Amino acid sequence: MELNINNKTYSVDVEPTASLLTVLRDYLDLTGAKYGCGEGACGACTVLVDGQPARSCITPISSLIHKRITTIEGLTSDGKLHPVQQAFIDNDAFQCAYCASGMVMTAVALLERYSSPTDEQIRNFMNGNICRCGTYPRIVRAIKSVKTT
Amino acid sequence: MRNREEPIAPEQYELQGPPLHRFSINRREFFRYLGGGIAITFVVGQAWSDDGADVATANDKSIHAWIHIGENNMVTVYTGKVEVGQNIRTSLAQIVAEELTVPIENIEMVMGDTALTPYDMGTFGSRSIPNMGPQLRKAAASARELLRKMAAKQLKVDVSDIKLSVGRVYAGGNDWGKPLYFSDIVKGEKLIAPIDESVPVKPAAEWKVCGKSVPKVNGANFVTGKHQYVSDMKLPDMMYGKVLRPPSFGATLKHVDLTRARAISGVVAVHDGNFVGVCAPDPITAERALTVVQAQWEEKPQPSHAEIFDYLVKNAKPPRGNDGGGDIAGGLTRAKVKTDKTYYIDYIAHAPLEPRAALAKWEDSKLTVWTGTQRPFGVQEELSDAFRIPKESVRVIMPDTGSGYGGKHTGDAALEAARLAREAERPVKVVWTREEEFTWAYFRPAGVIKVKAGADASGKLTAWEFHNYNSGGSAIQTQYDVGEKLIQYHPVDSPLRQGSYRGLAGTANIFARESAMDDLASDLGIDPLEFRMKNLSNERLRNVLSACAEAYGWSKRGKAKGQGHGIGCGIEKGGYVATMAEVIVNDDGRVTVKRAVTAFECGAIINPVHLENQVLGCVVQGLGGALYEWIDFRDGKILNPMFSRYRVPRFADM
Repeated sequence: MELNINNKTYSVDVEPTASLLTVLRDYLDLTGAKYGCGEGACGACTVLVDGQPARSCITPISSLIHKRITTIEGLTSDGKLHPVQQAFIDNDAFQCAYCASGMVMTAVALLERYSSPTDEQIRNFMNGNICRCGTYPRIVRAIKSVKTT
Repeated sequence: MRNREEPIAPEQYELQGPPLHRFSINRREFFRYLGGGIAITFVVGQAWSDDGADVATANDKSIHAWIHIGENNMVTVYTGKVEVGQNIRTSLAQIVAEELTVPIENIEMVMGDTALTPYDMGTFGSRSIPNMGPQLRKAAASARELLRKMAAKQLKVDVSDIKLSVGRVYAGGNDWGKPLYFSDIVKGEKLIAPIDESVPVKPAAEWKVCGKSVPKVNGANFVTGKHQYVSDMKLPDMMYGKVLRPPSFGATLKHVDLTRARAISGVVAVHDGNFVGVCAPDPITAERALTVVQAQWEEKPQPSHAEIFDYLVKNAKPPRGNDGGGDIAGGLTRAKVKTDKTYYIDYIAHAPLEPRAALAKWEDSKLTVWTGTQRPFGVQEELSDAFRIPKESVRVIMPDTGSGYGGKHTGDAALEAARLAREAERPVKVVWTREEEFTWAYFRPAGVIKVKAGADASGKLTAWEFHNYNSGGSAIQTQYDVGEKLIQYHPVDSPLRQGSYRGLAGTANIFARESAMDDLASDLGIDPLEFRMKNLSNERLRNVLSACAEAYGWSKRGKAKGQGHGIGCGIEKGGYVATMAEVIVNDDGRVTVKRAVTAFECGAIINPVHLENQVLGCVVQGLGGALYEWIDFRDGKILNPMFSRYRVPRFADM
């Protein structure tokens, strides 16, 4: 089966019911998306599918034919950090940072939808992402600091 | 070493002592690994030998960390402490950078590797900055003075003419000439020097690196997904391991049939005592192999959530501590108002976002395990015990891990991965599922707290009786002045596996204590802040309460229907903290915390933003325990072992 990940075509020989998360992490060595719950309830595994945030742990690869998948590894271009990544660093919006990949990916999709989101829009959109360290207010601040063009 | 002023009430997993002996370190081996240069150790001198094992031994307590200044101009700090998100990799580096006057980029922190770093009991109890910090500060200052002496000798000037700045060495008073790098000074040296207790450290007022919000070291690696947590790691020929879990706690394996699992190509299956596990070259096959293992277990009766609180009180062991032993009955007769209440505390889960994970590899009879743990040296001992091999044959490495909150003191996944790897004769990685993490890790202890207290008409406490069953002794002492008091912690053999937690038992004890204070204030008709102040003489905590009240606007707080305001404060682990919260009770009974203000004072601050993150994290995680989180269990089974059934604080709660 062929998957389009970060504008690259990957051929994988895995059963079609396999989750995208397993395929990314264990077969393609793209370990930026994290396992946190396996039921789509924590957001650590978030990737973008055609620009929309998707929980890769509950997304079977069979549903991804002809879809465009973006992972955290595909966010930097020419070694330059995405403005959301930079904002997370500038605002120290992480502690253990295990949630950071999923947070960044969801925030990227959020800013696609709302160019200058309100606190409430941020809280609603990001609510599926858990930061067990409790860095939420700082993450909100980081997202608000991103200048979208 | 512990803070002398404030003894820590030990909890389970905090009672591990260091080994009785730690033997000498071979100087040649040391520099073979490090390269030349100078090393500053926390040692009185005799731990270092030129010849190895046949020389003097050192008291374990003498070495806690060392600093190496290399011929490549890099400063390497070796400490057994670990990074779990509290950002000590950054703040400890700041301390060394400050004393050595080197840029923080020139500092590498080697942490939590049993082969490279000195023994450390573990990263818990808020001890890294208060204990490891000053030791590293002294070591870095000693290194600085040693460098100055060496530079003076090399440049044939007086030591007082040598200045260090931004990683360079200048000679000659005000007329700073061409600088030397540290590497020029240490070239060709293989010098080990002990800490010089007499060297001055920089006073906080002169700090240039400490006290600044230096961003998280390696921050970019974390937002790009490059950082390799243990669960991300992969070795050549690595297999994926899965462990068969019993149907309930304490179940005994009666019979197991591994035939069908072993029939799957590439699968290795192990049965050893109560342990049953499988591994396969890919995770999907490993999971499938686990599902075809047939096992029979014998389960045992045990208390469930419905009767847990009765159980804890009925099965209490003799109490620890008897603070005051006061005349409670006498104190209560002088009281105008009294409270007599019982508080119930549920088991809750740490739920670190990265579940337990370990990668194990055997080479001959030597074992290397990468695992996320707060006690790499403790896990080394667990592995040494479990496999009956010498500790020296076990190396535990702890890459920066996906949090712990006191929940990763054990080496469960490490043992499992190592057992499977020995059988498979290949490296094996075990990553726990969320359900396994919720079920087979350990919990913040459940507890029952009984408080009986009274205050007289003037608002002074007259009696304070406080019994904590099982939840723990941390922060159990009251900060309030009271003549007649009796404060006891009653340990219980917990039906569920339990251990340390962020803030330890502080959350439970402070909640009960402050709630009782509120009841008394309410019955007396006194403002709860004023009531606390009347009974509080600790100046630092009074200041913190005042600062909190001012920031919160306590005196102007609203009194609408359903609107309430709470206060909690306490002193623990050298921190003075007060929080005020505005709570709304909605018409349907739902409770919403609208805002919380915390004032926190812990002395000089190394990294303000990272400290703020820690305090913020405590408030957010505390909300979880106070409002949503509880572990439900029946007959030895956890009934809500997933995030969809175990509610943790989320963005919408902010």
